[in-house]
Amino acid sequence: MENKVAFENDLNLKDTELRLGLPGREEEEQKALVSCKNNKRPLSEASEDCGTKGSKESAPPAKAKIVGWPPIRSYRKNSLQESDASGIYVKVSMDGAPYLRKIDLKVYNGYSELLKALENMFKLTIGQYNEREGYKGSEFAPTYEDKDGDWMLVGDVPWDMFMTSCKRLRIMKGSEARGLGCGV
Amino acid sequence: MPRIAYAFPDEVLEHVFSFIHSDQDRNAISLVCKSWYEIERWCRRSIFVGNCYAVSPVMVVKRFPKLRSISLKGKPHFADFNLVPEDWGGYACPWIEAMASAYPWLEEIRLKRMVLTDESLELISKSFKNFQVLVLSSCEGFSTDGLAAIAANCRNLRELDLRESEVEDLSGHWLSQFPDSFTSLVSLNISCLGSEVSTCALERLLAGCPNLQSLRLNRAVPLEKLVNLLGRSPNLVELGTGAYTSEMQPDVFSDLSRAFVGCKQLKSLSGFWDAMPYYLPAVYPISSRLTSLNLSYATTESPYLVKLVSECRNLQRLWVMDYIEDSGLEALAVSCKDLRELRVFPSDPFGLEPNVALTERGLVSVSEGCPELQSVLYFCRQMSNAALVTIARNRPNMTRFRLCIIEPRKPDYLTLQPLDAGFGAIVEHCKNLRRLSLSGLLTDRVFEYIGSYGKKLEMLSVAFAGDSDLGLHYVLSGCDNLRKLEVRDCPFGDKALLANAAKLETMRSLWMSSCNVSFGACKLLGQKMPRLNVEVIIDERGPPDSMPESCLVEKLYIYRTVAGPRMDMPGFVWRYTGP
Repeated sequence: MENKVAFENDLNLKDTELRLGLPGREEEEQKALVSCKNNKRPLSEASEDCGTKGSKESAPPAKAKIVGWPPIRSYRKNSLQESDASGIYVKVSMDGAPYLRKIDLKVYNGYSELLKALENMFKLTIGQYNEREGYKGSEFAPTYEDKDGDWMLVGDVPWDMFMTSCKRLRIMKGSEARGLGCGV
Repeated sequence: MPRIAYAFPDEVLEHVFSFIHSDQDRNAISLVCKSWYEIERWCRRSIFVGNCYAVSPVMVVKRFPKLRSISLKGKPHFADFNLVPEDWGGYACPWIEAMASAYPWLEEIRLKRMVLTDESLELISKSFKNFQVLVLSSCEGFSTDGLAAIAANCRNLRELDLRESEVEDLSGHWLSQFPDSFTSLVSLNISCLGSEVSTCALERLLAGCPNLQSLRLNRAVPLEKLVNLLGRSPNLVELGTGAYTSEMQPDVFSDLSRAFVGCKQLKSLSGFWDAMPYYLPAVYPISSRLTSLNLSYATTESPYLVKLVSECRNLQRLWVMDYIEDSGLEALAVSCKDLRELRVFPSDPFGLEPNVALTERGLVSVSEGCPELQSVLYFCRQMSNAALVTIARNRPNMTRFRLCIIEPRKPDYLTLQPLDAGFGAIVEHCKNLRRLSLSGLLTDRVFEYIGSYGKKLEMLSVAFAGDSDLGLHYVLSGCDNLRKLEVRDCPFGDKALLANAAKLETMRSLWMSSCNVSFGACKLLGQKMPRLNVEVIIDERGPPDSMPESCLVEKLYIYRTVAGPRMDMPGFVWRYTGP
C-alpha cells in the first residue's frame, strides 16, 4: 500500500517524464508468483524489463504488457494508433498545471483556431497576437520550442512553418509572459 | 371425466401461441404438457442459442422443424480482449449445413463471435430462397468473396450487418454483385471493412433501394462522397459516416450540412473517424433530432465536441472519447435530460499518466443530471467510494454498470481504501442491475455485497480483485439470476468452485483465467458434472494430465450443455474424458 501512496504524491509530471521502475509493479509481480504455482512469468523476465529501462522511450510501455487490459477491442486500439500516425502531436505544458496535454497541430486551420483550442483546454484567455507586442495585455503567452531548441513566441512565423518546426508548446504565465514581446 | 387438455383443437392452440414471441414464454409453454410441447415446437419460428456448444445443430433441427430465424453466439466474451487463442472454436459451418437442408424457408441468421467461412456464406446465399437478414457481429473467417455470393444471390435481402467483424478484404467489388433489379435493402453496415468500396456501386445500390433506413459506411469512404450518398438516401434514420476529414472547404461544409438536413428522418450518427473539428459543426442543424451519437472514433480534441453534444437535447445514447472531459459531461448533464446510455472510451489507454481531465466527477455529474440514465461504460483513471455511492443513490434505475479504472487494483484515490463500499452501494441501490463490471482495488467484501444484493445480476466481469475463494463463493451462492461470470487474475480457487458446482448448471458459462484453480479440481468437476463441459485451455506447459493435480490451470471455460463434449476441440483445449 505504501507504494501506492508514493505514486499518488508523485504527480510532478513536468519534471519526471522518466520512470525507471513502476510503483506497485514489484508488488504485482509477487502476487502473480504466489497465485501461479507453475510460474509462467519467471522473475528473469521481470528483471530484464527493469534492467533495460534506461531510456525515456521504453519506460512507459512496460506497464501496458498485461494481455487484454484495459479491456478494449482491437479495432478501437487500431483506430487510436492510426490517427496518431497521421497527426502532428505535440505536448502542451502550462505553468502551474498538474499534467501535460497533447494536441494534434494538423487539425487546426491556423493560429486563431489553435489559440482558441488552448484557451478552451486550459480555461484561460490569451487574446490577440500582435507582431510588435506579442500577446500584450494577457497574463499568458504561448511559446514553443523549435527544431533548434529555442523557445519562440507562437505567431511569429507562418502557420505552415510553425507546424513543421514546433516540437512542444508551453504556455507561460505571469511576469515571464509579460516580458515577452516587449521589444526583446 | 372431461379431458380439458383436449378441449381445444391443436390449430386453436397454435393460433394462440403465435402471439407469444418471447423465448422465455415459449420455453414455459413447452413445459406445460406433452401436447403443448409438440404444438409449440412445430410453430416456433425463432430461436436464440446463447452458447453454440450448449446444444447441437442436429438437436435443434429435430426439435424445431419450422424455424425462420436463428441467433447463435460462439466464443466467450473475453475473446474480445485476446484472451482466447486462435482456432478455439465457435464454428458456424455445422449449423449452416444443418439448416441448409432443414430450413429452406429460413429468413434470418444472426451470429456473434463465430467463425464463418466463404463456403458457408455461399451455402447461405443458395439454400434459403427468402433469405432476408444476415447479422455478423464480431465474426471472422470470411472474405469479401463470401459477401459477393450473398449480394449476388439473396434477392430479398433486407439487412446486411457486419458489425465489428474481421473480414478479409480482397476488394470492394463485391458490392457490385447486387443485381440492378435489387431493391429490398433496408440496412447495410460495412463499417468494419478496411479497404475502399466502389462508390459507384454504392451509389447504384442506394439509388435502387428506396427503403434504406440504416447505412454505416467504412472509414475509406471520403467525406466528399458522403454528400452524394446522402442525397440518394433521403429516408435514412441511421448514418455511419466514413472518415470525417478533408481539406477545409466551405462548399464541402455547406453541402454536407445541407445533406444532413435533407435526411429528415435522421436520428442516429456514427463513424466520424479522424473527425476534423472544422466539420463537426456541419451536424449542428440536425442536432436536436439526434437520439444516438457515436463519436468514439473522433480521436481529436475540440471545443466543438462539447458544443455538439450539448446541442443534442434529445440524445438518448452517447458514445464518446474521454476528450469530452468532466466539463463536457457536466454540459451533457445539463442539456441531455433523456440520456439513457453513456460510454466513454480512453484516448490513451496505455499511457501511465492521465492525458485528459476526465475523472469520476464527469460520471457523477451525468448521474445527477440525467434521470433516465440506465447503462454506463466508463473508462477513467481514478474513482472514489464517495463518487460511487453518489452515483448509486442518484440512479437506482441503473441496469448496466461497467466501470474500468485503467490501473489494476487502484484504490479510492481520496481515502486509499478499497472500492468495496462504492460498488456495494451500486448493487444495493440499483435493484434491477443486470450487468456489472468491476475494477480498482477490491477485497472479498465487495463480493459479499454482490452476493447479498445482486439478485437480478445476470452478467458479472471481474479482474484483479478479491483476496480468497470467499469472493467466488459469495457470488455463486448469492446471485440467483447469474448467467455469465467471467473472471481474470483473481485468487479464486478450487474450494469455491467445487462447493458451487450445481450452480454452474444454472448458468450459461463461467470463464476463469489466471486464477487459482487446479487441474485436479477441473478433473473432479468434469467427473461429477456430466452436463458441464469443463474445458481447460492448455498453455506451453503441456496437457493437464501430464502435470500433477495440484498444478494450476491458466485458462478455464465451463459451460452447461446437453450436447456432450464438443467434437471440434483444438489440440490446446483439454476436457476430462474418463477415469
